Amino acid sequence: MSEQSSPELVSQILEGNIRGIAKAISLAENGLATQPKEELIDSLYSHCGNAAIWGITGPSGVGKSTLLDKMLDCLRRDNHKVAVIVVDPSSPFSGGALLGDRLRMQRYSTDEQVFIRSMASRGHLGGIAGATSDAVKIFDTAGYDTIIIETIGIGQSEIEIVKLADVVMLVLVPGLGDEIQALKAGIMEIGDIFIINKSDLDGADRLHSELEYVLNLKRENKPDLEHPLVMTCATNNKGIDELYDRTNRYLTTITQNGILTRKRRNHLEHEIRVIALAKIREKIDFNSRLEAQLDGWINEILLKKASPYKLINQKINGLIKEMKHR
Amino acid sequence: MAIDKRFLKKLRDWEATILKSVTDHFPERETKFTTGSWIEAERVALPESGDFERYLEKSGMPGEYPFTRGVQPNMYRGRLWTMRQYAGFGTAEESNERYKYLLAQGQTGLSIAFDLPTQIGYDSDHPAAEGEVGKVGVAIDTLQDMEILFDNIPFDQVSTSMTINAPAAILLAMYIAVAEKQGIARAKLNGTLQNDILKEYIARGTYIFPPKPSLKLTTDIFEYCSREVPRFNSISISGYHIREAGATAVQEIAFTLANGIEYVKAALEAGLPLDSYADRLSFFFSAHNDLLEEVAKFRAARRIWAKLMKRKFHASHPKAMMLRFHTQTAGSTLTAQQPDNNIVRVTIQTLAAVLGGTQSLHTNSRDEALNLPTEDSVRIALRTQQIVAHESGVTQTVDPLGGSYYIENLTDKIEVEVWKYLDKIEALGGMVQAIEQGYVQKEIQSSAYRYQQEIETGRRIVVGVNKFTIAESSLVNSQPVNPQLGKIQTAKLFKIKQQRDNVRVAAALKKLRQTTKEPNMNLMPDILTAVKEYASLGEICNVLRDEFGEYHESVIL
Amino acid sequence: MTKKIRILIAKPGLDGHDRGAKYVARALKDAGYEVIYTGIRQTPEAIVRTAIQEDVDFIGLSLLSGAHNELFPKVVKLLKDQEVDDIVVFGGGIIPESDISFLKENGIQAIFTSGTPIKDIINFIQSCK
Repeated sequence: MSEQSSPELVSQILEGNIRGIAKAISLAENGLATQPKEELIDSLYSHCGNAAIWGITGPSGVGKSTLLDKMLDCLRRDNHKVAVIVVDPSSPFSGGALLGDRLRMQRYSTDEQVFIRSMASRGHLGGIAGATSDAVKIFDTAGYDTIIIETIGIGQSEIEIVKLADVVMLVLVPGLGDEIQALKAGIMEIGDIFIINKSDLDGADRLHSELEYVLNLKRENKPDLEHPLVMTCATNNKGIDELYDRTNRYLTTITQNGILTRKRRNHLEHEIRVIALAKIREKIDFNSRLEAQLDGWINEILLKKASPYKLINQKINGLIKEMKHR
Repeated sequence: MAIDKRFLKKLRDWEATILKSVTDHFPERETKFTTGSWIEAERVALPESGDFERYLEKSGMPGEYPFTRGVQPNMYRGRLWTMRQYAGFGTAEESNERYKYLLAQGQTGLSIAFDLPTQIGYDSDHPAAEGEVGKVGVAIDTLQDMEILFDNIPFDQVSTSMTINAPAAILLAMYIAVAEKQGIARAKLNGTLQNDILKEYIARGTYIFPPKPSLKLTTDIFEYCSREVPRFNSISISGYHIREAGATAVQEIAFTLANGIEYVKAALEAGLPLDSYADRLSFFFSAHNDLLEEVAKFRAARRIWAKLMKRKFHASHPKAMMLRFHTQTAGSTLTAQQPDNNIVRVTIQTLAAVLGGTQSLHTNSRDEALNLPTEDSVRIALRTQQIVAHESGVTQTVDPLGGSYYIENLTDKIEVEVWKYLDKIEALGGMVQAIEQGYVQKEIQSSAYRYQQEIETGRRIVVGVNKFTIAESSLVNSQPVNPQLGKIQTAKLFKIKQQRDNVRVAAALKKLRQTTKEPNMNLMPDILTAVKEYASLGEICNVLRDEFGEYHESVIL
Repeated sequence: MTKKIRILIAKPGLDGHDRGAKYVARALKDAGYEVIYTGIRQTPEAIVRTAIQEDVDFIGLSLLSGAHNELFPKVVKLLKDQEVDDIVVFGGGIIPESDISFLKENGIQAIFTSGTPIKDIINFIQSCK
């Protein structure tokens, strides 16, 4: 595998060279906490900030990929240059992954203005991959004006997309039953635009009423923000243009009323915090030292020779003192 | 247990009615059938005692509801199954020669294989056809190719099966047009059109349009055939490909019959009365390795379909309740290693199909896992059927394995499992919904994966592959396919486009386009007109693509 | 820096028989690789562009319709045209032994036909690392 130097990669990305973009994303994926990756992102950073970032999330089987394919139709009709990141889970057993979501958009695989990249979660929790935000920056730099991220099906903890996207589209379908109940609590926090797909199925209207009720509650708390609720039937092309229009309107609105700026600031805050904490952990070289000692601690606690908090506090304070003196 | 005279009485009654109504017109092949030792072979063996009502309910007599024991009263004593070898490759000229060879060797029906571009509605000069022209079947671009294909073949005497689905209407139109030119009346044409689009979405992949307009084309064909070519089977609802994709025997039957239900529903919605086409619905199944399971599977399939047609669709005519089927031996069981072993596998599978009561049969050649079969290999495959038919004695009695405890119990078990699937699919809203949701595909993939894992781990033995292997080089000669085919066809197509009346072609295509916008108009007449003007398959399909849209695969693993 | 091996499993041409390709894709995932599967009816152009976008290390082509002599080398050629020299191409399906040397001469580094145990493919992949 030919390793490319950072400046070479950067210029390829700026030119929009797909090989360079692809290699850069791999670099970010494979070297999450390495210098080459950090150098690359630093070099790209000044070029970022132009793209609109969309997130599509929702339980599995609701039709996210199909909807995404339809959004591509609309975006391309309006001549946008679009990057799509589809995230799928890695197997916790083998570490491998089956990345098949792009199949539903494969019509666009030869479109020069579309770039589709599949990313495996590689153990990262939160619904996206660890390197997804790096990939977004790479695409942004390469001139893609719309970057869409399709996340892994949602549960209550897969909501990291909220910390990355300008607009999050939450897709639901009628008949989800218990999953809806669990989601209702989180819905208010997750989505900006709510989509009921497969609107031809029984229960669509009931779901619509339920969601409307929940969204009205949300609106009461934040009256300046519209939260569109759109009914679609992706396979029949129903509601697609409406969804596209309302998404664009939403983005225009939040750009004008300052909410986008606030969101992006929040995203940056999250990102900095995550990186900083990771670095601190790294600097203290905590994990490996901890690992080496853990067995001993376990034994002591098991044999009831010490009580847990007392021991841990003692040991950690001891470790920190040790490190200060190194 | 004392002998229950009702069994014998039932037999006699049946002989005097159902059997007689058949033998009056078609006497049995022999006046007396005997075993190898000249003991008379019973026509159909019945128990002497036992639960009589239960016997009638579960088995009945052959040719009588629920048809578990067979759809004809005397099965192969009356007529052997049709030996119908699927064949076709290269140009229409080459295929024509292969058909003549097979007919001369004793084959009794033709089965046409079309190449992938033809099956997917592309002309041979389309970019997507690159490398594919004439490979898996014959390339048909215009009526001219069809005329060549049937040159000097008496297809008013020989029945023709066409394995074509998405563009079935067009190939049917071509077939009818050739018959007209040969002066053969439509009412005499005998054959089958596969025309089963639902299984394409599930297992075979040669779809063009989305489900809804595809079902419209399907029911147009039903209606047209019932009027114009009444002896044609307008559909061959297929389980073979579903099985080949990795389904179990239960899934094969369940998903096939579920597709059947969907077609009947579509036809009813289109306003076609059940009795106008239901007796022409036919099926197509696989014959796999587990001989006993396969026999039970076929019996269960007949019983379930009869019940469905009677209870769900209220069919009144017995013919509408009969599950008639063609069988093909399971290609996926054949190995590239030690290819001659495949002859043995095919023999077992042939027995499974015959003991299971098939109406027609294709046997695979030993080199199927390597390439298109050579003439020698095809001959051996045909001989396999002929030896079973004439030397094995299994044709002398109806439903030979009926009454075996194992077979009867297994038939019942398979039936129960199939009903579970049918109920589940109904709850999902029918087969189209189930396919769109990926339910069917996922079930098949689970089975496929499990089966393959068993082979990989050695839990399932495949002789020559994971046990009893030898170091081998391929000594089997393959059938060469002319690599220039694409160019030859393209040249032919170019020529005919110059020779035909292009004004009339354009008019015919325009008329067809207009008719597609009328939901109640049958498309067949306009397709026939276009075909006769030598409009190409691709040109006609392009009109339909424009109006109906294209289907894109969306479900995966 | 551990590089995860990424493999594209693709079906060029019109052949719709995907049981084998799906099985291989799933088995390779179980072996720890990241597998991109793009479904049936892929043109060589789409396969190559996908491979570049996904920065794969391997492309596995599956074909049962006999069009392999035309389509497999075309994929290799298109990769060359794009100046991609670090993707290993292998193939499988219904491929007569007599065609294997031709395919290898045209850039297909291995052919795994019907009945090949999955571990042969995995061993091949490991050996190329």
